[in-house]
Amino acid sequence: MATQRKPRLAVWKFASCDGCQLSLLDCEEELLAVVEQVEIAYFLEASRAVVEGPYDLSLVEGSITTPADIERIREIREASRFLVAIGACATAGGIQALRNFGDVREFAAAVYAHPEYIETLKRSAPIAEHVFVDFELRGCPINKHQLLEVIAAYLHGRKPNIPTYSVCIECKLRGTPCVMVAAGVACLGPVTQAGCHALCPAYGRGCFGCYGPMETPNTASLMTWWREQLGASPQTIVRALRTYNAGNEVFRKESEAYEHAHD
Amino acid sequence: MNTLTTKTVRVEALARVEGEGAFYVKVREGKVEDAQLRIYEPPRFFEAFLRGRSYAEAPDITARICGICPVAYQMSAVHAMEAIFGVRVEGPLRELRRLLYCGEWIESHALHMFMLHAPDFLGYADAIQMAADHPDLVLQALRIKKVGNDIVALLGGREIHPINVRVGGFYHIPKRREWSRIVEELKWARDAMAELVKWTGLLPFPEFEQPYEFVALRHPEEYPFNEGRLVSNRGLDIPISAFEEFMVEEHLPHSTSLHAHIKDRGAYFVGPLARYNLNFDRLSPPVQEAARAAGLGPTCNNPFQSIIVRGVETLYAIDEALRILEDYPEPDAPYVQYEVRGGVGHGCTEAPRGILYHRYVLDDNGVIVSARITPPTAQNQATIEADLRAFVEPRVHLPLNELTWQCEQAIRNYDPCISCSTHFLRLNIERV
Repeated sequence: MATQRKPRLAVWKFASCDGCQLSLLDCEEELLAVVEQVEIAYFLEASRAVVEGPYDLSLVEGSITTPADIERIREIREASRFLVAIGACATAGGIQALRNFGDVREFAAAVYAHPEYIETLKRSAPIAEHVFVDFELRGCPINKHQLLEVIAAYLHGRKPNIPTYSVCIECKLRGTPCVMVAAGVACLGPVTQAGCHALCPAYGRGCFGCYGPMETPNTASLMTWWREQLGASPQTIVRALRTYNAGNEVFRKESEAYEHAHD
Repeated sequence: MNTLTTKTVRVEALARVEGEGAFYVKVREGKVEDAQLRIYEPPRFFEAFLRGRSYAEAPDITARICGICPVAYQMSAVHAMEAIFGVRVEGPLRELRRLLYCGEWIESHALHMFMLHAPDFLGYADAIQMAADHPDLVLQALRIKKVGNDIVALLGGREIHPINVRVGGFYHIPKRREWSRIVEELKWARDAMAELVKWTGLLPFPEFEQPYEFVALRHPEEYPFNEGRLVSNRGLDIPISAFEEFMVEEHLPHSTSLHAHIKDRGAYFVGPLARYNLNFDRLSPPVQEAARAAGLGPTCNNPFQSIIVRGVETLYAIDEALRILEDYPEPDAPYVQYEVRGGVGHGCTEAPRGILYHRYVLDDNGVIVSARITPPTAQNQATIEADLRAFVEPRVHLPLNELTWQCEQAIRNYDPCISCSTHFLRLNIERV
């Protein structure tokens, strides 16, 4: 134990908005305490100093969208004792997984004058589709307190305490009246994993699914309720299920059930 | 001798910027042959998948372009949609939108000034190393950053990807009493920031001024956030709807971002320096005085001094937030009513790093037919490359490590946001 060194933390980025790794810099009150416990070995958003691997804990933000990404994530996995995917891009492919439902060449042509300069894969994929992932931390963006919990758990060799129940539980804990029952607002809360403290209902809008599906959701039932009780159109349902977690299998399958339906 | 004057400076993954990019400068016999800011951040195709989505989704979806300045995306999007529906958001709701932007400027500027830019001036790899020698500086900076985030979190719902912005206004208006702790923190931050602006004025700045064309919004009365005409120091004065007539974007092979320039004129410069130079007279007398006390005149052409200007703007944003919160007139309704109709709408607002332009075409049901988004870093990319050329040549004799670091600093002057512009950075300096 005499030669014990601080665990090495690395933060990696693939296709993403930088918001989830920014969550670490947004820990204004906890950041200096975190760096007392870990060595920031690779975190380009914050530092030009780079420490060679291996790393004890790698946090990976972003989705895999280019051939070079596939090689890089394999190298990161090899250099990492634990690898945690953070955010909807890394755990479900992110908003850019909307390409999975379309034609990426046509998408490139719509945005770029010279699509031939653009090297991209047909699908935006979560990290776990390419390498073994030790833990997936959901959210678009992630909750910084949950991120601190994950880092603390790995530092102490225990399982992260991250609930997999629905946003509904958080509404009850917060004392927010149900926006769907009380105000007829379409809400994905009953099938969406907690983590945001039921933010949107507290602000009078329906949950739009930033944390992806909860454990064992009954999405088909909720969408039937949206149709029959709220008069939601199939198009509304498809759009609601196809946002930041569009690439998640549960939301994808349910959206496909309504893709060709008409009112 | 050739080994000294002929070199390549190359940084494969630029640090302390938002997103992923690189740079490459090729010097032959003391002359810069090529300077590229390479944006290799993978493309995410936002303009493509916005087609077919509802107008109402644009603020939430476009926020996901950038985790650092989501408020800017939301503001440009809602203003574009409101232009189509012919609705104007006035009075208390307009004030609250300015308040939200104050929060984002404070948070983003404090992050860039102290976590990303200041370590360059003091010779540290990062703010964490800097904190070991300057703990009070870093703790103060984090506390200022936090009050910016607290504003966005209360009014927006959360710091990153706020959920409370909608076309017409907000979903929910926080009560006056909820702001009391933030008002007290802002009062502390006002004094702390005034001292820190003085501190930035004492940093060592290289002599470096270029003949820039600065472009920013200009409003009849206010320092610009959401509204105004697009003006420059060379006579540009256009409504935002004419943006695409004057600004052209080009797609170059080394970048997944698009290079912008002013038609028939060339590169231009957006961001804090541009806003300051074009709107100094719109700053309040105490903020103008703080700028003068830090050694700035009414104009500044040295991008390394952008750290002072960010400090001045942070001070302005703190004052403006305090002014709005002093009155805090709670609006009658959280949003104004509007009727959905088809048309073309433009939104252009001042993100912390410069003007962010959106244009949407909607059909009669409010479904997006086409979208165009031009982020600030794409507009600055050509200017950053020109800076690299001009900066490297007189410094080509420096040891490679030192030259590389100074080039990185020259790029960080722009607070480039690569996630935004990819639709950005690797440094290579090649001495052949």
